[in-house]
Amino acid sequence: MFAAIAVRSVRDRANRKRFGNAAFWGLLALSFLFGSKLGDFANGILVIALMALGAGAMGLGSPKTTSVAEREERAKAKGNAVFVPALFIPVIAIAGTLTLGRVTIGGVPLADPKQVTLIALALGIIVALIAALLRFRPPALAPVEEGRRLCDAIGWAIILPQMLAALGAVFAISGVGGAVGRIATTWLPLGHPAAAVAAYCIGMALFTMVMGNAFAAFPVMTAAIGVPLIVHRFGGDPAIMGAVGMLSGFCGTLATPMAANYNIVPAALLELPDRNGVIWAQIPTAVPLLLCNTVLMYILVFRF
Amino acid sequence: MSLWPLLGIAVLVIGFAAGINPLAVIVLTALTTGIAAGLSPLHIISALGKAYNDSRYVSIIWLVLPVIGLLEREGLQERARVLIARVRAATVGRVLIAYMLLRQITTALGLTSLCGQAQTVRPLIAPMAEAAAEVKLGGISERVRYLIRAYAASADNVGAFFGEDIFIAVSSILLIKGFLQQSGFDIPPLRLSLWAIPTAVMAFAIHGVRLWRLDMRLERLAREKSP
Repeated sequence: MFAAIAVRSVRDRANRKRFGNAAFWGLLALSFLFGSKLGDFANGILVIALMALGAGAMGLGSPKTTSVAEREERAKAKGNAVFVPALFIPVIAIAGTLTLGRVTIGGVPLADPKQVTLIALALGIIVALIAALLRFRPPALAPVEEGRRLCDAIGWAIILPQMLAALGAVFAISGVGGAVGRIATTWLPLGHPAAAVAAYCIGMALFTMVMGNAFAAFPVMTAAIGVPLIVHRFGGDPAIMGAVGMLSGFCGTLATPMAANYNIVPAALLELPDRNGVIWAQIPTAVPLLLCNTVLMYILVFRF
Repeated sequence: MSLWPLLGIAVLVIGFAAGINPLAVIVLTALTTGIAAGLSPLHIISALGKAYNDSRYVSIIWLVLPVIGLLEREGLQERARVLIARVRAATVGRVLIAYMLLRQITTALGLTSLCGQAQTVRPLIAPMAEAAAEVKLGGISERVRYLIRAYAASADNVGAFFGEDIFIAVSSILLIKGFLQQSGFDIPPLRLSLWAIPTAVMAFAIHGVRLWRLDMRLERLAREKSP
């Protein structure tokens, strides 16, 4: 798919930066097709090339699509049939998630059990695409052109989630987590149960904002503050601490550009001029929710 | 353990705050962090490449783009608008509160991929919310349109984050269970799920009130525009 978009991009003379776009989508196609065959270092160089192209060499292409008037006309003519392929995606994704993991051929599972949800989702998308092609009979290039329209709109943000996962790996081998945990325990006054709970919840949120992911923050904060102080020293309940602590981290996820999947990619998908638009809409929810969560943990954790 | 790797976090925060392209900020942060921890640049680039390649599966969702594009070409967003315009009671806030509730309930049942930013918000929910505003307030400015879209995305996030932990087999619950087990506590996942409910209710209440007040804010903005 990305390879086809790259080819169409080279030919799009309306875009001044067409070679930048083509190179970016082309490298992305290379990564998806052959990424496992390239060595780690070659992949690293690929990442840096994608970064350089993404940071400055891309523009908006002008793929062929339909005008607003044409769309309104078609919406009237075809009625609700246009929703049908869109509904295939979730229905097949769920059916696949529930069944694919159990299907075995000669004792070998048909799908890797860990990836069942993603495989089912991809299957749903492919069926939906076929259904849409059969139902509407668009020109042969239309799926590529429409895909390119949306990909160009998202632009470099398309690889941001993967880049952040890569950064997380570098953080892990560099020992960033341990360093943050040490700062939290040496510099904060944690002599009182309320202080320990507050440090744990707010620390989860802040550390999640930095890492972009509550899953990375949870083991560090829980090992540094949660288990030794809240549970062992003050006698709190580990289940409540874990559940509410993780959700405190999710408050941080609402407020950080590092959680690209949830905050930056939607802004790009919805073509917002401000990449942080979604975050601004969420911060006034995240802050009071974090405070409520901290109070909630303090009330509950020592009681059960 | 040395504190130097934290230098990378400073680069990260300053880079994002200065509005430099996030891809460049990430690579710079990775280099700073790695070098501060005593790794060689070649080692860091290899680690970046390996992790980038290993996480390719997160990008499967992009396969959906040609489908959504194709349906949009056939008038998907316009149709969503027509439908919502027929519902008199629909306002931006009510549409988004209803969607957030649906999202929270379905994720609590484990149906995380039923809805999502690419599958539902872009093609359906955002156009519906915009249409509700157009019907109620007359024309809307670009600024208001972007505001409504941002809130549509936020309704999806809040619903999904604070719904999924009620489902016992979600990865975050399994992570909590696994980590507590290592620390010597054997806790059934169901207990973790139950203690996720109070926060889920509060999240719905707080964001719901904000969505409800968004209606009033939009009306005020519309009045200021056309006195």
